[in-house]
Amino acid sequence: MVASVSSDEPKFLELLFSRRAILVALIVFVAIVALCALAPLIAPADPDKMSVRARLTPPGGDFLLGADAFGRDVASRLLYAGRVSLTIGLGVAAVSSLAGIVIGMTAGFFRRLDAPMSRLIDAMMAFPDILLAIALVAILGGSMVNVIIALSIVYTPRIARIVRASTLVIRELPYVEAARALGSSTWTIMTTHVLRNILSPIIVQATFIFAYAMLAEAGLSFLGVGVDPSTPTWGTMINEGRQYIDQAAFLILFPGLAISVSVLALQLIGDGLRDALDPRLAKDL
Amino acid sequence: MTRYILKRIVGMIVVIFLVLTIAFVIVRLAPGDPAALMLGPDATPEDTAALRTRLGLDQPILVQYLTFVGNAVRGDLGSSIFFNQPVVEVLAGRVEPTAFLSLFSLLISLVIATPIGIYAAYRRGSWLDQGAITAAMLAASIPSFWTGLMLQRYLATDLGWFPASGYGGPDADFFDRMGYLILPSIVLGIVNSALILRFTRASMLDILGEDYIRTARSKGMGEARVVLRHALKNAAIPIITVVGLTFALLVSGAVVTERVFNIPGMGNLVVGAVLRRDYPIIQGTLIVVATLYVVINLATDLLYLVVDKRVKY
Repeated sequence: MVASVSSDEPKFLELLFSRRAILVALIVFVAIVALCALAPLIAPADPDKMSVRARLTPPGGDFLLGADAFGRDVASRLLYAGRVSLTIGLGVAAVSSLAGIVIGMTAGFFRRLDAPMSRLIDAMMAFPDILLAIALVAILGGSMVNVIIALSIVYTPRIARIVRASTLVIRELPYVEAARALGSSTWTIMTTHVLRNILSPIIVQATFIFAYAMLAEAGLSFLGVGVDPSTPTWGTMINEGRQYIDQAAFLILFPGLAISVSVLALQLIGDGLRDALDPRLAKDL
Repeated sequence: MTRYILKRIVGMIVVIFLVLTIAFVIVRLAPGDPAALMLGPDATPEDTAALRTRLGLDQPILVQYLTFVGNAVRGDLGSSIFFNQPVVEVLAGRVEPTAFLSLFSLLISLVIATPIGIYAAYRRGSWLDQGAITAAMLAASIPSFWTGLMLQRYLATDLGWFPASGYGGPDADFFDRMGYLILPSIVLGIVNSALILRFTRASMLDILGEDYIRTARSKGMGEARVVLRHALKNAAIPIITVVGLTFALLVSGAVVTERVFNIPGMGNLVVGAVLRRDYPIIQGTLIVVATLYVVINLATDLLYLVVDKRVKY
């Protein structure tokens, strides 16, 4: 699965796209993001406009992907819902990466803090992700920001654990010792020497967390404990559509496909990034 | 070895203690008064004050914490506001479907994933290998509730092969009840098999490249024997690890799957508790599940000692 490369130092992009599936995944994902971002310009209809006569209209004709139980255009709702689902995924990936870097580097760099922080990370990881997210949203209240906070709390330990392990290795390397001997401050060493060298695994993991967070958000919305039900997300669309599954299975088919294709694309991109950023990590997983 | 086991048990106790602390802190993260939130906007100030006293929220935070930990250690996780019953009793009434759903789906995922993972590694690069990797990635990308809803619609409602939802009436006997778990277990089993397949394949690939496998082959040992006896035996450790780790995945999956199939398990209980703001139930479920996870992971680590005699601690 690892690409055959011509030179000793293969170019990043050459490695990344050596598997055609990664290129396809990237194109598909960029297309999904672009379609959702441009929703106000390209959506065929107002996503909240109801029409009793159009109730449960099957796909085709005026309604490209059909109309829901309130006669709202599914295609338009799908585009607007995607903005929320993608924002949550990206938000969680960003917040958990930042928090994970701070926690992981602190644990890896300051020996006294390592044991208590590592145990805390272990304890956080003992909670199944959806269950912990449900509990946090229940306490914080259901809004987009709170879902991002809840899922970031769930995924931060994963990044923190990787950052800690990488920091432990890098802090012992000769160039870090040399920097210390030259009088660099701990802050400079941490930001310039350590952080720069652990970015690859963080970027890879953040891509996977983007994917997991989108799945988890859909799960929370499906359970009715995610964002406010009046905000369309791909998860809430499935939840609303399930009552009509016998008459109009397309209501859950399209949002389901949107989630699955986005998550699959992100996972493929994550795999590709792992192979390209650090070929030594490129295990055949 | 005894020293190692003792050290691990002490480590486990520390983590469980931290799990309790996190569960305690989560409820205190609530913006405002948890008692007022639990009772909703219609509650009178007297009711709220009574609940505050009942939950010990009028005590200093340190006293609340020590009482909470002390009670939890004795197996007292508080009382449900909605059921007006100890949390432990409410949970005990909901364990059966969740436990069997998790167990059946684990068995299904092992039956699907282990042979395919082994064969994919053995035929590395073949169309079957590529197909297996793609299928595993797909299974990990599709939301389990979506698969559940689709299979429920077509296999249960349309074809009538399985009961569509529920867990039998109050008179249903054990086998009737288990019948209701078949389709949910298949759904959860498919999702869970993705991770096990990838791990089985990866660990088999590592081992098939080892010198002793080459030696076994060069001695003229049959392929089936090389793969099944030598390679699989050594690949067992990472496979056991991942089976332990999938516990968390199974519980997460069970929460959602129970909702799809309307199974009265712990998942449905906790979602209901969120909608009713029954915080003690949420807290209790978190503690029980996380503790089980920690114990199961220690058990799988110790299982290495049995599976592989070379592992010395």
